[in-house]
Amino acid sequence: MAKSKNRVGRRGFLKGAAASAAALAAESHMSATQEHHDHDHQAVPSDVALRVKALESVLVEKGFVDRAALDAIVDAYETKVGPRNGARVVARAWADPAYKKRLLTDATAAIAELGYMGGQGEDMIVLENGPKLHNLVVCTLCSCYPWPVLGLPPVWYKSAAYRSRAVIDPRGVLREFGVELPEDAEIRVWDSTAELRYMVLPERPAGTEKMTEEALAELVTRDSMVGVGKVAPPKPGGSK
Amino acid sequence: MNGVHDMGGMHGMGPIQHEKNEPVFHEPWEGRVYALTRVVRAGGGRQNLDNSRHQLELMPPDQYLRMSYYERWFTRLIDQLLKNGVVTQAELESGHAASNSPKATPPISADMVPAMVTRRSSARRDAPVDPRFKVGQRVRARNINPTGHTRLPRYARGKTGVIVRDHGVFLFPDTNAAFLGEKPQHVYSVRFTARELWGNDASPRDSVHLDMWDDYLERA
Repeated sequence: MAKSKNRVGRRGFLKGAAASAAALAAESHMSATQEHHDHDHQAVPSDVALRVKALESVLVEKGFVDRAALDAIVDAYETKVGPRNGARVVARAWADPAYKKRLLTDATAAIAELGYMGGQGEDMIVLENGPKLHNLVVCTLCSCYPWPVLGLPPVWYKSAAYRSRAVIDPRGVLREFGVELPEDAEIRVWDSTAELRYMVLPERPAGTEKMTEEALAELVTRDSMVGVGKVAPPKPGGSK
Repeated sequence: MNGVHDMGGMHGMGPIQHEKNEPVFHEPWEGRVYALTRVVRAGGGRQNLDNSRHQLELMPPDQYLRMSYYERWFTRLIDQLLKNGVVTQAELESGHAASNSPKATPPISADMVPAMVTRRSSARRDAPVDPRFKVGQRVRARNINPTGHTRLPRYARGKTGVIVRDHGVFLFPDTNAAFLGEKPQHVYSVRFTARELWGNDASPRDSVHLDMWDDYLERA
């Protein structure tokens, strides 16, 4: 794994510590695209972990960063801003036809009705999936994703594998996620090239007619709101 | 720029690795890098989201592909802080601020975080700019190959599609990333058939929608 030369140094834009940090960071981990996160190795902190710690200490000592603020940001995206928000939006749309109509015409405002708003969700569009129409969201150029409703994107969404293939082989991608679409179904792929952020309103599964909005929200998966999954009907004997 | 980040339609990137019950951050340092980036961004200065994206695109392709997502973010963050003179190489190595360095006030305190998370900073602009195209109109994505930042992916250049929605006026990333002004203009959702993009082996029913600025389009 050791690499004697770091090639970053050749580039004018990365200099000094940035280059060595980059090279060391690169060595300490496998590629993002093929990465299997192996958490058994963390008894010894990785080099990148130490370097991040060093940077944080320097910025705290200089007064650029408040450590408690960092903790609060991490906590917000680990526990508050995540796909449960989107699931509540979906459940509301399933339960309330008037809300669904607002959601499909002005998604940003309808989502804000439930209190979800903020960075990377300023201009939302919701796409409705049905038996013959399947919408799928990707960002081929980077990692654009609707944070307020889905949280931060999973590794696979940011991976080269997904970004490269979603636009050219959506049916193959869906098959890998376990979604087999009939030949006569239409797929619309949405490449998030601008500042519009997309969320899919998945099809409501059969057998959920009597379920409460809360119970419906429990069924909704993150993948179904990106368009790589369908919402499964409730398990027999499951919660109402 | 025609960088490796522009991945739409590439082959050979392997199977998609879907992880069950994936955590938001796989290691604590990833969360710290994310949070540090948000705080530094809130500190202002000569930066914007488009330029920030461009910094990632400028990474040498072998590094871009080898690094994990937050390793790229970390590299970008260090680069920016060094470039702006916020930290020095010696400080990064020692893990301590130089003894003579001035003491700043953090732009974000813990009690400001909830408001920061829900704050909107839309790229939408209230500028009186007329649209150059109408919904239903056939358009061609221009064949441009700028060496700077652009949000027009290679796989769509030169292809013909139909405007399905006018999203309104937004700042233009190509100029904004280079600090050359916002150049506000209309953004449209443009529908390209899968066959137009990928040839006749593609499904006749499928399509890809891209959001495109006026400057990316010409009459077809």
